Amino acid sequence: MTSRKLEIIAEPGKTSFTTRRTVDAPRALVFEAFTKCEHLKRWMGPCNVTMVSCSTDLRVGGRYRFVFRSPDGNEAGFSGEYKEIAAPERIVRTFVFEPIPEAAALETLELEESGGTTIIKTTTVHKSVENRDGHVGSGMEAGMTEGYARLDQLLAELATELQKR
Amino acid sequence: MPAMNAADRDLNTTFGALADPTRRAILARLSRGEASVLELAEPFDMSQPAISKHLKVLERAGLIARGRDAQRRPCRLEPRRLKQAADWIGTYRQFWEQSYSRLDDYLHELQTKEKTRDVKKTRNHRRTR
Repeated sequence: MTSRKLEIIAEPGKTSFTTRRTVDAPRALVFEAFTKCEHLKRWMGPCNVTMVSCSTDLRVGGRYRFVFRSPDGNEAGFSGEYKEIAAPERIVRTFVFEPIPEAAALETLELEESGGTTIIKTTTVHKSVENRDGHVGSGMEAGMTEGYARLDQLLAELATELQKR
Repeated sequence: MPAMNAADRDLNTTFGALADPTRRAILARLSRGEASVLELAEPFDMSQPAISKHLKVLERAGLIARGRDAQRRPCRLEPRRLKQAADWIGTYRQFWEQSYSRLDDYLHELQTKEKTRDVKKTRNHRRTR
């Protein structure tokens, strides 16, 4: 049985965080599921959210955009540009949550096949606001990634302490 | 992720503040009750000005508040912003956990269809032979 758990890994001092998830399908199919709108519309987003618009211009320099609608009618767009495409194993793309354009990130999707299952690995690197030349920096948002990993732990500690009081 | 709205821009400041181990230790200490700069500096091998710098970052991030008492200016934890940060992480995790669970079902569906198609193809092939 393969691990179905979503792993979120952030190493201290690094400006990126990684997620890993295994699915029971060959890599070529998973690659399609991540790049074609007919597939993306069927699975991307939580159960209560609908993908109302999708476009993927899968070539280097091409853009993608997904728009989601929540049950209360709010819409939110995600978009970016493909920087590197090596089907069916790797995609590098920029990622922007449109309401917060300054928090742009660079995402790498890597697919690794083993025995009919595929490990989906994503690495997200946040660009710093100060670093406008496009290099990956260690600004404020970089800190977010470590905070992200440690927060669960800290909150658990704090909750225990607050209960003692 | 969808639940992160424009009003939550400050979260970047919060996560930035949380990225430092000393600041996390300060927060853990403050969860046991308020403390002065002097008391906070004690367990760390750090000067008071260095601790003060960390406190400023935490205060700017809305994670702590400082008392009015000019002499002592005790620090205390402000749990609201911490909860916001935790909620954001929860949303990220939920977004992807649910997406992947839907992806499992969808990939299964696609592969079942493919198999059915292959069987049909083989049958047709046999017939034409």
